[in-house]
Amino acid sequence: MNSQNCNHSLEGYVLDFHNGEPIAGATLQIENSQLRTISDSNGKFIINNLCESSLELIVSHISCDQKTVEIDIKNTIQTTIYLEHHIEELEMVAIKGNNSNNGAISAQKEKIDKKIIDNFSSESLGTILKQAKGVSSINTGNKIVKPVINGLHSSRIAIMNNNVRMEDQEWGIEHAPNIDVNAIDNITVIKGSNALAYAGDAIGGIVILKPLRYLNKDTLYGKTIAGFQSNGRGYNLSSMLSKSFKNGWFANGNVGYKQNGDLNSPDYNLTNTGAKSFSGNGIVGYQNFEYGFEANLSYIDNTMGILSASHIGNVVDLVNAIDNEEPLIIDDFSYAINSPKQEVTHLLGKINFYKRFSTLGKLSVQYDYQNNHRFEFDKRIGDDRDKPAVDLELITQNVKSDLIIDKFDNSTIYLGVTGKYQENIANPETGVRRLIPDYEKTDVSFYGIWNTTFNDKLKGDFGVRYDYNFIDAQKYYITSRWEERGYNVDFSDFIVDNLGTQLLTNPTFSYHNISLSVGFVYSINKNNGLIFNYGLSSRPPNPSELFSDGLHHSAARIELGDLRLTKEMSNRVGLSYQLESNKTTLNIDTFINQINDFIYLKPTGTQSTIRGAFPVWEYFKTNALLIGIDTSFDYQFTEYWSLNSKFSYVYGQNTKEDIPLIDIPAFKLNNALNYKLKKWNQLNIRLAHEWVGKQNRYPNYNFETYIPTTEEYLEVDISTPPNAFQLIHLYGDVTFLFNEKMNLNLMLGVTNLFDTTYREYLNRLRYYADDTGRNITIQIKFNY
Amino acid sequence: MKNYFKLISIALFTLLFVACSSDDDAAPEPVNEEEVITTVIATFTSESGAQVILTSRDLDGEGPNGPETTISGAFSSSTSYTGAVEFRNELEDPYEDITVEVLEEALEHQVFYNYTSDLGMISYSDEDADGNPIGLNVSYETSSSASGTITITLRHEPNKSGAGVNEGDITNAGGETDVEVSFDVEVQ
Repeated sequence: MNSQNCNHSLEGYVLDFHNGEPIAGATLQIENSQLRTISDSNGKFIINNLCESSLELIVSHISCDQKTVEIDIKNTIQTTIYLEHHIEELEMVAIKGNNSNNGAISAQKEKIDKKIIDNFSSESLGTILKQAKGVSSINTGNKIVKPVINGLHSSRIAIMNNNVRMEDQEWGIEHAPNIDVNAIDNITVIKGSNALAYAGDAIGGIVILKPLRYLNKDTLYGKTIAGFQSNGRGYNLSSMLSKSFKNGWFANGNVGYKQNGDLNSPDYNLTNTGAKSFSGNGIVGYQNFEYGFEANLSYIDNTMGILSASHIGNVVDLVNAIDNEEPLIIDDFSYAINSPKQEVTHLLGKINFYKRFSTLGKLSVQYDYQNNHRFEFDKRIGDDRDKPAVDLELITQNVKSDLIIDKFDNSTIYLGVTGKYQENIANPETGVRRLIPDYEKTDVSFYGIWNTTFNDKLKGDFGVRYDYNFIDAQKYYITSRWEERGYNVDFSDFIVDNLGTQLLTNPTFSYHNISLSVGFVYSINKNNGLIFNYGLSSRPPNPSELFSDGLHHSAARIELGDLRLTKEMSNRVGLSYQLESNKTTLNIDTFINQINDFIYLKPTGTQSTIRGAFPVWEYFKTNALLIGIDTSFDYQFTEYWSLNSKFSYVYGQNTKEDIPLIDIPAFKLNNALNYKLKKWNQLNIRLAHEWVGKQNRYPNYNFETYIPTTEEYLEVDISTPPNAFQLIHLYGDVTFLFNEKMNLNLMLGVTNLFDTTYREYLNRLRYYADDTGRNITIQIKFNY
Repeated sequence: MKNYFKLISIALFTLLFVACSSDDDAAPEPVNEEEVITTVIATFTSESGAQVILTSRDLDGEGPNGPETTISGAFSSSTSYTGAVEFRNELEDPYEDITVEVLEEALEHQVFYNYTSDLGMISYSDEDADGNPIGLNVSYETSSSASGTITITLRHEPNKSGAGVNEGDITNAGGETDVEVSFDVEVQ
């Protein structure tokens, strides 16, 4: 025992786990001993005179977590010790990653923070997104709100909900995103297709919704929001509880319910515009620097009434509706939601793992599952009264893996691969011919993005992505329709079975798409910066554009897809200028988007049936040119007073026919004057002015139809946009601080203060009724 | 590291396998449209038993072919006819009589007759539980001699208390059109 050999030595390197670089000045101490040393500038260390034993080596550094390593000393031992950054630095790394949005550093983007989301707790995602400049919406009434980014919407926008791309039948104009806004902590809107890590076909842009981030601390945090709205006698309640532990575990849950009855315009009730929504969301996970996982389950059930008067039978009813100033059905206020209505449930489950590899970066793997079930109820008679007219179930499974290589000083590389399988099931029990057929869709994609810093002033990103899509549909065509479209000549291979009046067909299509993205961020000086980017992206036609075929009862129009449509290809150039000084912030985003084979829906005339005549809307392709500018200007007059101003304009042209594009939002100007008084319970008052112009650039798609009552032909004006309007809104809120964690926020808001009558061009119900009148909102938010 | 890539590859291939292997799914069931009206038959019978039958038939429904209209002959001048209108779904065999459903929900349906005024006078001869007309049965007093158009319209959920609606004026009826067919007829 006494002959213990104490001539051993331990030598090695201390390296940064993150990038493998040497860590100088790390202290290495043998536990219960005086032996200690410090690593040199190469990270090298040596400790001599060690006895043969098992010992514990404690390695510490000012900016890293202390680490204890067990070592068996037998001979001279060489070892390499990797040190991790402190949690705070980990946060820094993560935040840096956040801001770059997976490599899209040069994208034109806009962020919406939690406070704004909370203030709109009773509203839909689409309404919240309108707070970002350059974002407008296309509506079916007031609750079905779809975002429009720089004039583009639906399938041209990808919505990333906690890193899962939403698959919720986003193709239809009356299909709003199924998102629980109370589960979102912040939103980033990326304009254009430059964020290739998320999608290659998002020609319009990408909306990134992120949940709360967890710190590795022992905390318990809760929030409850209760609100009441005068218009529609609505109420909303949501509650969230979040728990995290120092050891890295975290959990979060929230539930919410909201309901409103019939909304009202300044002059009348908007019968059957009630809505209700239940949502729940749960997250559990574990994170440390090296690895972690997160599991997320969320569910939302939305039921939305559609203005009774908008359900029409044929083109004569449409003419009557347009001619009448007031909707043809006005009943007393009710919470009842009758047909026409939509009921949509969306279930999303995901699980995600990550692992950091020393001297490489972070690898993550994710699986997600989505089930979107959509029912649309029309006014029907007899036994079918309560049967849905549309019953579509869309199931999507997705596996993806991303690798972020961040070991280089001036560069970061993002690589990823995705595989997706989607199935649409159209229930035949509806007794109504399917608008969207049964189909299966398989997607595979790869991307690579390189971010680099050239010098203090110039950064760049370069991305490339490949997408493969394969769609395999089974669809019944009415034989007369199949022949009228000339499909019997071009697509006779697709026919599987002939049922006499109907044909069963099996159309299959595959698409190969390459997307590119290049961008630069240049800081002229401390206050001024420029962004330039270019994106090439392609979008294959969606199922609605290919296969739509039939009478859309609630809209009283026949919609016809086209099997001959090909993918859209967009070339977009963006240029932005940013000025930030202590009083002034100015942002100017400009873009030019040239889209070849742009797919759009256009009325082509009427078709007579036994129910009378119906307008026929067909999908066509053309070349489109979109040019636009979005500006925002913030000015701080004094400590108390500030001004925000936002302006957006898009020019949209159908360049093949040399006419304006349909459904391009009119110019919009928003000004707000803010008053803040911190000592008065953080009082905020905001007076906002919203000015939406008349869209004077619109295509004339009016058509003529025979009116039997007068026995004459009449032009149906479906094209002329409504007049410009200006609205005034007023908001105020105070926050009472009880202690460090606990506070209560009281908000009072009045939208459309002067009860102004208006209609919006991009609201599908503008033919039938005015938009909503004054709404007074009271909301209480309790943080604890 | 390699293991992770292996894992991902396996996951992706599994997914693709699932995707490709489910190709041989059974064909979806065809939808048999219900409550569809393919055929409108208006039969006018004079006191002497002479009949004029107006038929409109659209078997491809919302398909591109319009309805086919047949008129059995001309109306006799200055004659009283009793008219009955029938709605059918002839896509089913035997055909489904939709008239029955209309009658069952008489409060929520009304048939309107718009016609060139020279043709004479069509008036309702039936009523629902509230005493308002349904319009499945009418009487027609023809004029001396004329030609013109009769349009038969079936409205779902009309406002039967609207001004003039129970006299057959469709202007203030509102509701939703289930049927709208026009016939070019002659009185001689």
